[in-house]
Amino acid sequence: MTDVTDKRSGKPARSGIDASLFYNPTARGIVYQGALLIGVVMLIWWLQSNAATNLAALGRSTGFNFLNQTAGFNIGFSLLPFDRTSTYLDVYLVGILNTLLVAVIGIILATMLGFVIGIARLSPNFLIRKLAAAYVEIMRNMPLLLQLFFWYFLALNALPGVRQSYELPLGAVLNQRGLYLPLLQSDDRFLILLGVFVVAVIGAILWRRRQIRKMEEKGERRPVLLPMLGIILIPTIIVYFIAQVPVAFSVPELTGFNYTGGFVVPPELTALVVGLVVYTAAFIAEIVRAGIQAVNYGQVEAASALGLKDSDRLRLVVIPQALRIIIPPLTSQYLNLTKNSSLGAAIAFPELVNVFMGTAINQSGRAVEIVGLTMAVYLTFSLITSLFMNWYNSRVALVER
Amino acid sequence: MKKLMITCAVAAAVATTSTAAFAQLLDEVTERGYLQCGVTEGVPGFSFPDDNNNWTGLEVDFCRAMAAAIFDDSEAVRYTPLTSQTRFESLANGNVDVLSRTTTWTMSRDTDLGITFTGTMFYDGQGFMVREEEGITSATELSGAAVCIESGTTTELNAADYFATEGLDLSNAVVFVNQDEVVQAYLDGRCDVYTTDASALAAERSGFPDPDAHIILPEIISKEPLGPSVRSGDTQWFNIAKWTLFAMLNAEELGVTSENVDEMLGSDNPEIRRLLGVEGDFGTPIGLSPDWAYRIISQVGNYGELYETHVGPETAIDIPRGVNNLWTEGGVMYAPPIR
Repeated sequence: MTDVTDKRSGKPARSGIDASLFYNPTARGIVYQGALLIGVVMLIWWLQSNAATNLAALGRSTGFNFLNQTAGFNIGFSLLPFDRTSTYLDVYLVGILNTLLVAVIGIILATMLGFVIGIARLSPNFLIRKLAAAYVEIMRNMPLLLQLFFWYFLALNALPGVRQSYELPLGAVLNQRGLYLPLLQSDDRFLILLGVFVVAVIGAILWRRRQIRKMEEKGERRPVLLPMLGIILIPTIIVYFIAQVPVAFSVPELTGFNYTGGFVVPPELTALVVGLVVYTAAFIAEIVRAGIQAVNYGQVEAASALGLKDSDRLRLVVIPQALRIIIPPLTSQYLNLTKNSSLGAAIAFPELVNVFMGTAINQSGRAVEIVGLTMAVYLTFSLITSLFMNWYNSRVALVER
Repeated sequence: MKKLMITCAVAAAVATTSTAAFAQLLDEVTERGYLQCGVTEGVPGFSFPDDNNNWTGLEVDFCRAMAAAIFDDSEAVRYTPLTSQTRFESLANGNVDVLSRTTTWTMSRDTDLGITFTGTMFYDGQGFMVREEEGITSATELSGAAVCIESGTTTELNAADYFATEGLDLSNAVVFVNQDEVVQAYLDGRCDVYTTDASALAAERSGFPDPDAHIILPEIISKEPLGPSVRSGDTQWFNIAKWTLFAMLNAEELGVTSENVDEMLGSDNPEIRRLLGVEGDFGTPIGLSPDWAYRIISQVGNYGELYETHVGPETAIDIPRGVNNLWTEGGVMYAPPIR
């Protein structure tokens, strides 16, 4: 901002006709910005003190000390141990984790589906192209809440009751109450195995980089994929047999009303993820299509002229240029998906808005504090996603020479 | 999302509420010309929009009774359907004048939310409903069952307490924001058990496709005195709400109904004469006219009439009078005398 002002009126400032601070554009800029900052801070302070005064006048307790009190209710699906003696802080954490879970799974799946549909929209095959177009137009033009109800009640009605459950391979069970998966049970030796696996993956990635550097130096192709698999799998399997890692599965069994044991994916989670993915993928598909079409066709021709094969042409020439256009709008779709996950409250998925702004707000009565804490979470998620995507964007941005 | 926006708007409203909240609400309401009444989103028998979109029910009639006492017009009421989550904020911030919405009177709600309960309209308790085919006869057999619950209610806490006390497993709680989805999910088989106040269970069951396939278990696991509430700090308004209910109870006790109230004006019984404002003036001290109770009874009715019309055994909801009978009939409904 000050740069522009400087350029526009830079001459008088530098020529020293009037060098007083009052006429210095930079100094004035700083003063304006400072005044605005003070104004905003005072506004926030005024709102806060006004709310505190009025809440006190209404005879209501305020403050964050309720976070350490016992919540006294149960949460149906949680990644942390949770029971009725847990505190409101635990409720907050469980809600955040569940929201994060939906957001992360949703973003990954929506990106994959969105890219596939987006590329399908450019397919030379009439049927594929039109089907993709129909998908996009239908999915992005219906309210998300409606779609969530559709998926949720579809799942409930399509799946069998507990006693008529589908028995899947490996002891997994599928019914109205969810997908019951066998849960891996092991001891500390499993952690060693996991460590070896992670180290092997890192090693494989480093090795791939080295191979690519060599390829660029010498100009000849070398095998990459198969050796990478070898680097990852061979040490892992050797360690597995040497350490004799015990592997057992807790298999779901029907006891009384429901299956117990194993890991349960409730229908609420499935419906929410499917709904969010299907909806957001329609938008992502359009972004991808627009991004690819924006790459000048001359680039493809130039790549062919250089002798790049089909897959390399897409991977090395078209996609990198398309990504520059795709990334910024893609970021806002990721943010939308994260925020839209709050609609899960309507179909009983215990994400942040359901457990914290729904149940906790009612049991504790601390509306202002809880709404503030909840907004802070979504703001933080959004800013972190933005930061990451901005960093990625700057990496793939066109470097002008 | 809707809820989020409402709650944000509420938070913003808290921040800007002025001291006007502590003026006399009666003057404000009289000037406005109608009563703003907070009700449920639809619980048959308590507050439910009928085919013509008119609100009816026991708790709706409480608001109509207040309007009759204030305006001599029981129709001068506008209804605001509120969710469990938004009801207290709406009342505390003055979006509604009175909350008459199947709300359980508890200590923390009465003392910590800026609202005050004015009495008990209906003595309720939490129960469990299961499908008959499960063969369950007692709530103690419910360990591990999937339980459908509406969030933001005392129901959620009571269920957690009960299951913990009885040593049952409640890891399968499915918590919805709206009542409609709770019922739909239960009917679709997501849950084995649907739990809420026994009155609401009966009311919901009356609307099921096959009511006889569902049974309400005998255990009542909580005390749920449902009553209207008003904003704290306005004694006059509090008294109007409190005595509206007492007037309807006293009327039933004295045998005054909407049918015979005009004849009763000529009664020799001093209690009836005081109630109807023929003798003495009990309306003016609370800012109303002397015939305030006559207006309530003639336009809305006494408590017994309301009970029979909306939730009694003659209705589809079919809840026996039980503890909600007058103290003279073996119940616990008891109103202080008007004198």
